[in-house]
Amino acid sequence: MSAAASTPSIPAVSESPARRAWAKLRHRKGAIIALVVLLLIAFLAIFAPLIAPHDPIKQGWTSVRKPPSVLYWFGTDEVGRDLFSRIIHGARASLSAGVISVSIALLLGVPIGLLAGYRGGWVDGVISRFTDAMLACPFLILAIAMAAFLGPSLSNAMIAIGVTAMPIFIRLTRGQVIAVKVEDYVEAARSVGNTPFQIAFRHILPNIAPQLLVQATLTIATAIIAEAALSFLGLGQQPPQPSWGSMLNSAQRFLSNAPWMAVFPGLAIFVTVLSFNLLGDGLRDALDPRTSDR
Amino acid sequence: MLNLLGQRLLQLIPTVFFVSVIIFLLQQLLPGDPATVMAGEEGDPEVIAQIRKQYRLDQPLPMQYLYWIGGVLTGNLGESMRLKASVSDLVIQKFPVTLQLAFMAIIIALAIGITAGVISAVKRGTAWDYGVNVLSLWGISTPNFWLGIMMILLFSVQLGWLPASGYVSPFEDFWASLAATIMPAFVLGNSIAGVLMRHTRASMLEALESDYVRTARAKGQSELRIIIRHVMRNALTPVITLGALEFGTLLSGAVLTEQIFTIPGFGKLIVDAVFNRDYAVVQGVVLVTATTYILLNLLADIGYILVNPRLRSN
Repeated sequence: MSAAASTPSIPAVSESPARRAWAKLRHRKGAIIALVVLLLIAFLAIFAPLIAPHDPIKQGWTSVRKPPSVLYWFGTDEVGRDLFSRIIHGARASLSAGVISVSIALLLGVPIGLLAGYRGGWVDGVISRFTDAMLACPFLILAIAMAAFLGPSLSNAMIAIGVTAMPIFIRLTRGQVIAVKVEDYVEAARSVGNTPFQIAFRHILPNIAPQLLVQATLTIATAIIAEAALSFLGLGQQPPQPSWGSMLNSAQRFLSNAPWMAVFPGLAIFVTVLSFNLLGDGLRDALDPRTSDR
Repeated sequence: MLNLLGQRLLQLIPTVFFVSVIIFLLQQLLPGDPATVMAGEEGDPEVIAQIRKQYRLDQPLPMQYLYWIGGVLTGNLGESMRLKASVSDLVIQKFPVTLQLAFMAIIIALAIGITAGVISAVKRGTAWDYGVNVLSLWGISTPNFWLGIMMILLFSVQLGWLPASGYVSPFEDFWASLAATIMPAFVLGNSIAGVLMRHTRASMLEALESDYVRTARAKGQSELRIIIRHVMRNALTPVITLGALEFGTLLSGAVLTEQIFTIPGFGKLIVDAVFNRDYAVVQGVVLVTATTYILLNLLADIGYILVNPRLRSN
């Protein structure tokens, strides 16, 4: 037996952490199915005008509350609009709300968390107490209150959800920074004269990015539910533009004679949120160096 | 132990202060002149004047905060513009309804979450474990307002077993109250059960691999006895604490659940207030929920210290 054959497989030195994580993620069936589903939903959302068989806001008095059929796959609503087309177009509101609000939370939360963790002292004390205070306000209640004061619209809902989710990222970043700032590479960067700003953004941030990615994926799931909830209450996407939450709201009034109006928008939210949760779980395992490759 | 509690209490002061600042600053988000926006489309000059007076909008911002927090500290959360009632009275009136719902939900969540989590850990790697994992993902990923609508569709519209909406106090008619609240309580408890299942499983697996379990096995104790007496006793303490911390999730969930089941609690109060631009009520509800959450956190900490002998002796 040759020496090479008896040596256990060791990842090549040049293999990047992202490549290693992908190799691990590929073996997690649930996460891969979730990724495929999410790519499909994103595809449907992007090309909605080309894919949707009907106009999502065109009312038709001859097709009011039609059950699912070959013509209307998911049936129609109380003013004759095609539910399948509305769900495809509604994916735009949900996905963009999830991604944009979490981007807002990351853009605000990560720099503040870096500052708190790196500087320590009173700066950390003030930021941490502020974070505790925001986390003490129940997520959806604070988002509703903020959206109510900002005024009802999809963009305001995204801002409200983003700001409400911000403390999650402040706390996570701060904790990670405190853990890594005593590492040798940070000491080395400091000793060669890097400024605190350079150290934080060039050396610490790339090392805590995997944890932030996992949290961001899971928070998108929460943000999609929050957007649907705000739209359900009339504080998000405004009619006649479709949104899964507002579709559920109108479905409530027709439960006994048009139950399909409630089933399909809810299923769309459930499948999307489940996929983000599965992908987040898979990413957490794949990016955790303690888990095996398979 | 007293030192530890003292420290926690001291930490609460700045947190509560920041909570009050955040809630006070919410009204600064109103576009344009807050008094005109709060008065609504009609813009009755008398109402605008009353709002200016109530919120002291002619004073600088720090002074407005001081007047507001001064009122809050003496139990005055402001006046509801629409209901013409004190916000404190409304809170006192509605909070017990939500508390009943939250209490029932947490019992349901603990019963399902702990049972499923224990089964999943004990039967690790089997179809049971897989099934519980699916159940937990279902709980975490289902929007509670959709689950509520689906339950109404099944149990009220199709089967006619339970009322679709409304609320009866348990002091008036216990069984009618149970029938009216069991569906919303299950809807609320569902997502928390999902979280508790995961934590129970992780906590149980850790305990199952510990030295004291190995010792108990070596002494020849039965597996059932080991699980009940040694593993569950140690593994469930953090899970129960987590249950208390999930109260915030319950209050968030209650907003939509109460709306769907038309239950006149805290959630419905804030939603109605949002639609009627009754901003003092919105601020009051957020303040009370946040304070309740902070106090529950403290109680969970005290509970954790009391049941943990190492922390107790320190």
